Amino acid sequence: MEFFFEVLIGGLLAGVMYALVAIGFVLIYKASGVFNFAQGAMVLFSALTFVSLLERGVPFWLAFVISLAAMALMAVLVERVVLRPLVNRSPITLFMATLGLSYVIEGFAQVLWGAQVHGLELGISDEPLELGGMLLSQFDIFAALTAASLVLLLSWLFNKTRLGLALRAVADDPLAALAVGIRLQRVWVVVWTVAGFVGLVAGLLWGARLGVQFSLSLVVLKALPVLIIGGFTSISGAIVGGLIIGASEKLAEVYLGPIIGSGIENWFPYVLALLFLLVRPAGLFGERAIERV
Amino acid sequence: MTQTAATHLLELNNISLSFKGVKAITDISFRVTEGEICALIGPNGAGKSSLLNVISGVYQAQEGHIRFDRHQRRRQRAHDAAVQGIARTFQNIALFKGMSVLDNVLTGRNLKRRSSWIEQALGIGRARAEDDRQREAAERVIEFLHLQPWRDVPVGKLPYGLQKRVELARALAAEPRLLLLDEPMAGMNAEEKQQMSRFIVDINRELGTTVVLIEHDIGVVMGISDHVVVLDYGRKIGDGSPEAVRQDPEVISAYLGTRH
Amino acid sequence: MFYREAGQFSTQYAQDRRVFALRQDRHGLAALLLVAFVVVPWLGNDYWFSAILIPFLVLSLAGLGLNLLTGYAGQLSLGSAALMAVGAFATYNFEVRVAGLPLLLSIALGGLSAALVAVLFGLPSLRIKGFYLLVSTLAAQFFVTWALTRFNWFSNHSASGVISAPPLEVLGLNLDAPAGRYLLTLTIVVVLFWLGKNLVRSELGRNWMAVRDMDTAAAVIGIELAKTKLLAFAISGFYLGIAGALWAFAYLGTVEPHGFDLNRSFQILFIIIIGGLGSLLGNFLGAAFIVLFPVLLSNLVALLPGGLVDAGQVENLQKMIFGALIILFLIKEPEGLARLWQRFRQRARLWPLRY
Repeated sequence: MEFFFEVLIGGLLAGVMYALVAIGFVLIYKASGVFNFAQGAMVLFSALTFVSLLERGVPFWLAFVISLAAMALMAVLVERVVLRPLVNRSPITLFMATLGLSYVIEGFAQVLWGAQVHGLELGISDEPLELGGMLLSQFDIFAALTAASLVLLLSWLFNKTRLGLALRAVADDPLAALAVGIRLQRVWVVVWTVAGFVGLVAGLLWGARLGVQFSLSLVVLKALPVLIIGGFTSISGAIVGGLIIGASEKLAEVYLGPIIGSGIENWFPYVLALLFLLVRPAGLFGERAIERV
Repeated sequence: MTQTAATHLLELNNISLSFKGVKAITDISFRVTEGEICALIGPNGAGKSSLLNVISGVYQAQEGHIRFDRHQRRRQRAHDAAVQGIARTFQNIALFKGMSVLDNVLTGRNLKRRSSWIEQALGIGRARAEDDRQREAAERVIEFLHLQPWRDVPVGKLPYGLQKRVELARALAAEPRLLLLDEPMAGMNAEEKQQMSRFIVDINRELGTTVVLIEHDIGVVMGISDHVVVLDYGRKIGDGSPEAVRQDPEVISAYLGTRH
Repeated sequence: MFYREAGQFSTQYAQDRRVFALRQDRHGLAALLLVAFVVVPWLGNDYWFSAILIPFLVLSLAGLGLNLLTGYAGQLSLGSAALMAVGAFATYNFEVRVAGLPLLLSIALGGLSAALVAVLFGLPSLRIKGFYLLVSTLAAQFFVTWALTRFNWFSNHSASGVISAPPLEVLGLNLDAPAGRYLLTLTIVVVLFWLGKNLVRSELGRNWMAVRDMDTAAAVIGIELAKTKLLAFAISGFYLGIAGALWAFAYLGTVEPHGFDLNRSFQILFIIIIGGLGSLLGNFLGAAFIVLFPVLLSNLVALLPGGLVDAGQVENLQKMIFGALIILFLIKEPEGLARLWQRFRQRARLWPLRY
C-alpha cells in the first residue's frame, strides 16, 4: 500500500510541474486566444540561455535576470511580428503560426547554444527523504513547493490586482476592452512576459530533472492534455489537470506498464484527455460556450 | 365548413424553451396554414429567433410539441427537419464563405441526390446525369432570384444584401414546403427591401411555399403577410390577421406604440 | 495574348465543370503527363529518381491526404505520419504473410487499414470540434508509433521494428530499379489525384467544405455531419496509408516506426500550409518546396565563403527559415503557393495588358 502512495505522490509532484507549464499556456490563451505551441520552444530557449550563461561563469541571479529579459524581448517581438498581423484569424491559423514560431525558436536556440545536453545544477540534492515510510525525492518536493508558490502568486495577480482585471477583460472581449481604454498591446506584452517567466521557472525545474535538451519540448506538449482536462482558461483547472495527468501517468506506467509494455507515458495522457473530452467537451473548469445562431 | 378547410401545415403546442434557467420561450402555441405567409414580430429578445431554431431543430424545446405535416415531435435534430421539408435562413448570414454562389446553392440540394460518393468519385453510373440535373435545378433558383452575374464569385466577397439573397437561394434550392426566414431584410435600404419582399411574395405565390418570417419593418409585415404572431418576453401576445393585430391594445402598448 | 479564353465557351454543363477551362491548360496538362511518363524515365538519372522525384510524388500524395481532411473538411490533424506508418506496416504484413498477393492489392489493403485506424481516431470529431480535435490525432500519433515498436509482430519479429521492401513486381514486371519505382509511384499518384479531383468537386467535396465553413448551417440544410466527417477521415487515411507504403517501399527501401514520428506529421502539415489548404495543385507545390528547399539551401551555403556557416548549422538554419516561411505564408498568403500561382495565371491571361 505504501508503494502505491509513493508512486501516487511522486506522480502528483510531477503533476505540479506539469501544472506550472500548463499555466503558461493558460495565460497566453486567456490574453491572446491562442494555444501557443511555441511555449515549449520558448521554455527551452530560456532554459538554454540560463544554463549557457551559468556555464560561462555568470552568477546565478544575473543569469536569471538576463534570461528573463530575453524572454520579455521575445514576447515583444512575437506580439509585433506574429500576433498583430494575424489578429482576426481563426484559432487554427493562429495555432499553425505558433507551430512555425516554435520551429524558428528551436532552430535559433540550437544555432546559438548548440545541440548537446546541458546539465543543470540548482543546488538541491536529489537524496530521497523519508516521510511516513515512503521515499520521496527532495528535489521533487522542492519543485512542487516552488511551483505552488508561483501558482499562488499568479492567482493573486489575476484576481486581486488591476492588471489582473485588465487581463481578464482582454481575455473575455478584446474589442470591449479596447473600448474602455485598456491598452491591448501592453497587456499582451505583460502576459507573454509573465508566461515567459513561468516558462523559465518551469524550464529550470524540468531542466534540472531531465537535463536541458530538446525532449523538453515534448514534455511541454503534455500540457495539452492537462489543459483539456482543466479547461484552457482556468488556472485552477490547470493545477487540477496537471495533478491528474501527473498522477495517472505515473500510476499507469508502474501498474499497467508491466502488462502492456513500457513507454505508456508517451500516449497515456493523450488518450486520457481524449476520453475526458468525450464526456466533458469543455474540460472540468472551462467555459461552455453557447453557440448563437 | 369542413374540419380542414385550410390545412395547418405547422402547429406549435405549448412550446417552452430555456437556457440554463433563463426562459427564452414560455408556453407558445399557434398554427400556420399551408400556403400562407406568417410574420413573427416582437421586440428584440422576445424569443423569435429561438422559436425558429426550435422549429428547425437547432434547439430542443423542454416542453410542448410541434406538428409539421404528419410528423409530431418535441425533440428533433436539424437534419430530420431538413428531410421533412423545412428550410431556413439565419439572422447572421450562415453561408459557406469559402465557396462560390453556385456551390452554395448546390449544397442546398444535397438531399436530392441519389448517387453515392463512390459513384461520383469514379464518375460512373447515375453520377454524371445527376450532376447535370442538380446544376439545372440550381440554375433555376439562381435565375429566380436574379443571381446569374455572381454565379462563380466566392460568397465572402459579395456585398451584404447579395449574401442574404444567396442564403435565400440556398434554402430555396431544397424545394422546401416550409421556409423559415430570420430577418431576411435586416440591414437593407428601402429599395433592397422592396426587392426582397417581391422575391418572398413570388416564392409564396408561384412556388406555393409556406413562409414564416421574422421581420421588424412593420410596413413590410403589413404589406406581405397573411397572418401575424406577436411575441414579447417569450410569450405570445397577439395572433391573427395583420389588421386585427394592429388594433390589438396589448400589442400596441408592448410593441407598436401609440399614435399622437 | 496567347493564354486567352477568347472563343472558348461551354455549351454543356459537363464542359463547364471541367477543371481546366482553357484549352491551353488542358494541352499543358497532357504535355506534362507525356513528359512525366515517357520522357523522364528515358532521360532521368538514378539520383533524380531516388532523391528528388519519388519523395516529391509521395509527399504530394500525403499532402493531398491531409488536405482532404484538414483543407477541405476542416478537421485539424497531427496524426498523418501515424496513418502513413499504418499503411506501410500493413502493406508489409499483407505482402509477407499472404502468399501470392499482388503488390497493388497489398498497397490498397494497406490503405484500407489506415482508413480504418483513421476512422477510429476520427470518431471523437463527432463530439469535439476544431482545435480540441488535435488531442485525438496526437493520441493516434503517439499510440500508433508506440504500438508498432512495442509489438514486433508488426515487423515480422525483427529486433528493431525495421521492415524492408518486398520485391516490387507488378504484372510480372520487376520495378526495383529507380526508374521502375518512379513509374510505379507516378502511376499510383496520378490515379489517386484523379480520384481526388472528382471527389472534391462532387457532392461530398462540397459537403466537406460546408462542414468546414459552418457545420451548424450544414446540419440545418440536411448534411449528415457524422457521415461526412467520418468519410473525410477514412478517405484521408486511405490516401495517407498508400503514401506511407510508397514512402517505405518505393523511396526509402527500409523503414522503422520512428521514421513516422511527430516531425513527419508536422512536415505534411507544412506542405499543405505552404502549398495551399483546399487545393489540389498546392500539394505538388508544397511537396516540391519541402523536397527542394534543403537541397537549394545546402548548395547556397556551399557557395558562401568557407567557414561562414558551419555545415552542422545548416539544418538549424533550415528549421528557422521553414518556421519563418510558415508564419509569412499565414500572414501574407494564407492560401499558399497555389494562390500565388493562380494570381500569376490571371496576369498571364491579360498579358500583355496590365488589367
